[in-house]
Amino acid sequence: MPEVILQDVAKHYGSSVAVENMSMHISPGELVALLGPSGCGKTTTLRMIGGFVDITSGRISVGGRDVTALPPNRRNMGFVFQNYALFPHMTVAENVAFGLEMRKLSKSDISGKVAQALARVRLSSFADRLPKQLSGGQQQRVALARALVIEPDVLLLDEPLSNLDATLRQEMKIEIRQLQQSLGLTTIFVTHDQDEAMSTADRMVLMRQGRVEQVGAPDEIYDQPASRFAAEFMGIPNLLPGRMNGPGRFELEDGTTVHLDGQKRYHGLCVLALRPESIGIGKDAPVGAFNSLPGTVEIVTYHGASLEYRVRLGTSTFLTARTAAPGLGGPDAIPIGTEVRLFWPYASGVLVPEV
Amino acid sequence: MTTNTSTGIRFAYGAMSAVILGFIVLPLVGVIWMSFFSNKILAFPPQGYTFDWYARAFAAQEFREGFIVSFETSLIAMATSLVLGVPASLALVRYNFPGREIITNILMSPMIVPGIVGGSALFVFFLEIEMLTGVQIAGTAPGLIIAHALIALPWTVRLVSTSLIGMNRSVEEAAYSLGASAMTVFFRITLPIIKPGIIAGALFSFVVSFIDLEKSIFLVGPGKTTLQIALINYLEWNLDSTIGAVATVQIVLITVLLLVTDRYAKLNRAF
Repeated sequence: MPEVILQDVAKHYGSSVAVENMSMHISPGELVALLGPSGCGKTTTLRMIGGFVDITSGRISVGGRDVTALPPNRRNMGFVFQNYALFPHMTVAENVAFGLEMRKLSKSDISGKVAQALARVRLSSFADRLPKQLSGGQQQRVALARALVIEPDVLLLDEPLSNLDATLRQEMKIEIRQLQQSLGLTTIFVTHDQDEAMSTADRMVLMRQGRVEQVGAPDEIYDQPASRFAAEFMGIPNLLPGRMNGPGRFELEDGTTVHLDGQKRYHGLCVLALRPESIGIGKDAPVGAFNSLPGTVEIVTYHGASLEYRVRLGTSTFLTARTAAPGLGGPDAIPIGTEVRLFWPYASGVLVPEV
Repeated sequence: MTTNTSTGIRFAYGAMSAVILGFIVLPLVGVIWMSFFSNKILAFPPQGYTFDWYARAFAAQEFREGFIVSFETSLIAMATSLVLGVPASLALVRYNFPGREIITNILMSPMIVPGIVGGSALFVFFLEIEMLTGVQIAGTAPGLIIAHALIALPWTVRLVSTSLIGMNRSVEEAAYSLGASAMTVFFRITLPIIKPGIIAGALFSFVVSFIDLEKSIFLVGPGKTTLQIALINYLEWNLDSTIGAVATVQIVLITVLLLVTDRYAKLNRAF
């Protein structure tokens, strides 16, 4: 499997910038998720790699071959579209066979490969159906089989799970991951759902307003978000603005000072990002290197294995703390309205720039 | 209260629909009914019923020839409007270029300009060309076909455009990424998908061309009239049920055409 390299790729529409300074190196067999809110340029980037959007400047190469100027039909990439884009007038088997016909394979080779591809996505018995006779999940699997049967150099997936219901999404996520790993496919996958990206990708490229905000393995970005935007997008709810006012001392907007371990430093205004699972909740804070703030429980939500408390500190500041559910070794549930203390180790949290 | 109101509204809606449908269908039923009256001169009430008028209509040379001229002209006009209209629709729907709006309006104009105006304009234009070049167009078959292609074109463009707008472009992109050339994408993907629109466009362009009277009347030559003009000419001197019979045959023909087409391409998907 070849590697994919993007060098300084940009796309401008007139004076508006869709993508700028996009450089990526995707290793053979790697699954990379392009992640970001709508309009961040992730789909444009994927379409540039697929050849559907001309790039304004830069260079794209696949396995050392410069494909920048090649049309989509000469890039040998498997593209799975958000709406599956099956050929409505062709049967499932004809859909899958299309790419092989374009490659001028013999009839017997085609039927062999089509059968194998359909077996791989467990749709052998649906070969003669029309797309409209299939469920969304089945259509998705046909689209996958059609993209994979041509043995593409790269697999490109545009929001492949967004049109499926929750159960099916979970199932397809695993199926895509398994297929990708068993075939060792270099895969690029666009999504706006950080959960989806985190659970599927080897590496994530977080995009914002046409630029790369942060690149890293899912746990790297979750543990060390590079900006307030990254922290928010990764679903970290506790973002406390403030400023450093001494070594290891961080002053919150309301004047309270909390302690940080000596490693963290930042000049000027910044935000302390705290993951909910790193915040403890109870009557008293433990002794030792813990920050502790008083508050009132406002909302308790149950998430199966965990409980989430939204706690009011002062008038407009809230923090979210997560504990294991009582049945799973967690403390007893704390009722709404209880005065509590929230606490977290000095070592927890990340300082990120305000922007 | 709410139930009563909604029942009232539903009743009013039903009645309104029935009245509108009646306005459309009753004249047709009337024509068909009339075509069987045995009265020598068309009048109410019928004195009896007969198939004679049909025999007469089929025997009349002017109607037989008119039918053939109309049929041939409409067929060629339909083909022309497809050859011009499908690529035009593709360009108008798919590409944004300067003058796109203007071109759309020009292509649609034969639908908007009254037939008499368009017909006389064409007639004068053809005469001008004849004066300049000596080539006669008005009164010839090609002249009539040009006029009918103009009548047909807006329908093809409108219906094919609608089906193109409704088409999911990523289906084409999928084919393209699977290795298909632009030509293959068009013939194996785009064309089959917009087929209902094309068939509907062909059908409507055939029908509007077939039933045209106003434009044709300026452009037919001696001894070569369309069916509609033959009917008008006949009406000038006769008032009997022959025209009813001819009209009924046309109604049946067009209905059959619509039903057959609908079987192969759901027409409601073309709009």
